[in-house]
Amino acid sequence: MDRPRVAIFDFACCEGCQLQIVNLEEELLDLIDNVEVVEWREAMSEQSREYDIAIIEGSITRPEDEQRLEIIRTRAKTLIALGACATIGGINKLKNNFEMGDVKKCVYGKSADMPHLETMPTKAVDEVVKVDYKIHGCPIDRKEFTYVVRCLLMGKRPEIPEWPVCVECKSKGNPCLWDFGQVCLGPVIRAGCGARCPSSGFRCFGCRGYIDNPNVNGAKDVIEKYGLSVEQLKGKMVLFGTGQGPTNA
Amino acid sequence: MHNNVNINVHHITRVEGHGNIVVNVKEGKIEKLQWQVPEAPRFFEAMVRGHSYQDIQTIVSRICGICSITHSLAATKAVEAALGIKVSEQTDKLRILMHYSEQLQSHVLHVGYLAAPDFFGTPSVVPLVARAADAVKTIVKAHRIANTWSDLIAGRTTHPVTLTPGGLTKIPTEKQLRQLQQTLKDAVPDLKKIAEVVLSVAANVPKFERPTEYVSLKQTTPPTYTFYHGGITSNDNKGAVMPIEKWHDVANEYVVEQSTAKWTKWHRDAYAVGALARFNNNAELLSPMAKDAAKVFGLQKGCCNPYMNTVAQLVECFHVVETSIEIIDQLLTRGLKTEKVTSSPKAGKGSGCVEAPRGILFHDYEFDKNGKCVAADICIPTGQNHANIQKDFEKLLPEILDQPEKDIRLKLEMLVRAYDPCISCSTHFLDVQFVK
Repeated sequence: MDRPRVAIFDFACCEGCQLQIVNLEEELLDLIDNVEVVEWREAMSEQSREYDIAIIEGSITRPEDEQRLEIIRTRAKTLIALGACATIGGINKLKNNFEMGDVKKCVYGKSADMPHLETMPTKAVDEVVKVDYKIHGCPIDRKEFTYVVRCLLMGKRPEIPEWPVCVECKSKGNPCLWDFGQVCLGPVIRAGCGARCPSSGFRCFGCRGYIDNPNVNGAKDVIEKYGLSVEQLKGKMVLFGTGQGPTNA
Repeated sequence: MHNNVNINVHHITRVEGHGNIVVNVKEGKIEKLQWQVPEAPRFFEAMVRGHSYQDIQTIVSRICGICSITHSLAATKAVEAALGIKVSEQTDKLRILMHYSEQLQSHVLHVGYLAAPDFFGTPSVVPLVARAADAVKTIVKAHRIANTWSDLIAGRTTHPVTLTPGGLTKIPTEKQLRQLQQTLKDAVPDLKKIAEVVLSVAANVPKFERPTEYVSLKQTTPPTYTFYHGGITSNDNKGAVMPIEKWHDVANEYVVEQSTAKWTKWHRDAYAVGALARFNNNAELLSPMAKDAAKVFGLQKGCCNPYMNTVAQLVECFHVVETSIEIIDQLLTRGLKTEKVTSSPKAGKGSGCVEAPRGILFHDYEFDKNGKCVAADICIPTGQNHANIQKDFEKLLPEILDQPEKDIRLKLEMLVRAYDPCISCSTHFLDVQFVK
């Protein structure tokens, strides 16, 4: 079988998810034996218009970026959204809490009305084009990335966890951060990160997005047990959760 | 001499973020020569408003994937200054250790993966795997060591999760620190090997000089080659050190009419930040191995060849590894203590300044009595290098105009890469459009 041609493209983001691919270190050398990387601007000067798999990092924040993404979609057989900015809009969606005019004025002051500073509310990749696979997280988990690529090479659909971070956190034997007064989003956020943050004593702030069917009643029980209101919990859900559903809690 | 040169590098490769180079020479006359930045602005200063002082570092860490620890540290320092929070000596040392892991990671990435292909004449590191497998493997190993080091102290390699106002949510065990120290000791021969490889192609570092102002941190008590404490200095400031709160008087951000991009200047029309700036201001304070490395490459204080920034980064790799071995000794001698981290909201305004791998970085925040952010101002190193890159272009191009177009293009691209720009740190960038 021919090695699939892979191209990596970046939109509005910190490029930290691409860095996780570099951070595969020795494993990356094996990976590039099995695929043909034809374009990866951050790491290579080679460029191509022909590829089988397009990996999209970043959020869409300008009309011209929407057009660029649509062109990439027509050229790619498979399109993967890489990291929170691409899968759920990520931290860039915090911008959507404000009027665009206000956002521009806050950062650029007098120059805010210049046409090239035009910006639109942030969109995740699947709000613009069809996405075949999502690799969640801010940044992505390296192991999950290689797992998804391996599945694609074998023609298999990757299984992404449909259970909350609490499951992984408990299996690691971590003390519950709610007991230490932290408002942790573990009960409603998609696992697959190995509960990285709570394992470091830092609350889950939801970078992998909500699971598809969060146990809302269970989460309510947790909130009540620790004497918090739903409003207080929502106040903590804003880092990565702007405009993200379902949030009936 | 060529009569006509047309270079249009759309989205220069092997740099973090998006930048363009435009050259237009007609009948020997330079009509247009510009370094443009079309990165999508991300509006971080607007986005942090209304958020708790406890969440600031988590948000602004996302300004940059390569220097996320640096951004988190600058933000945490600014938050602590605003709220009047003091941290313990142990926290301070562990944070510096965390910061050094990122310096090594970022420098190895730039020297080994992004800059080296130019010296070897390849379009990327990929063809080098076949050509110089051993060298590539050593670079990969050094990068892995830096990342494992970040994992241990910061909780993960990118976007740290142990930093919190007042301290750290988790500290390593003494056993883990001892292992890290051994790993760093064992990494020294690898660094030497990387230095040898770079030295073997050092003749390909272009010869070009343009005296400019170099701005960096400087720490006098105790005298330290600093990335973390101290005040602001430059070679034009006669050794004087400015408090970091005065950074607006250093950056003097301004909008240039013909390019609409925000640039910075202090004593001259442009200044440079980064490893070469730190070296030029503080070289005598480097660790012994770092000094040796500088000597081997002939890098001396006062160097004004911007391409040598890559070499200065390599020199700093030795410094952070050697210094960290010492810091771990100090921590282990004292013994690690579990510290309870507490903080409470308060109205206030504060500044935080640290050296990112690519230069000095400033963060400012203001909070209301409930600890909600009401205003933020961030000035990133690549923004500060922007004008200096343009000024370098203006001196360099006439000097190389008789060379083939592809060589001109390569030298301009290499110059941009030498600054190790981090264009996604987009807070202050304007998208530049030109009338064609």
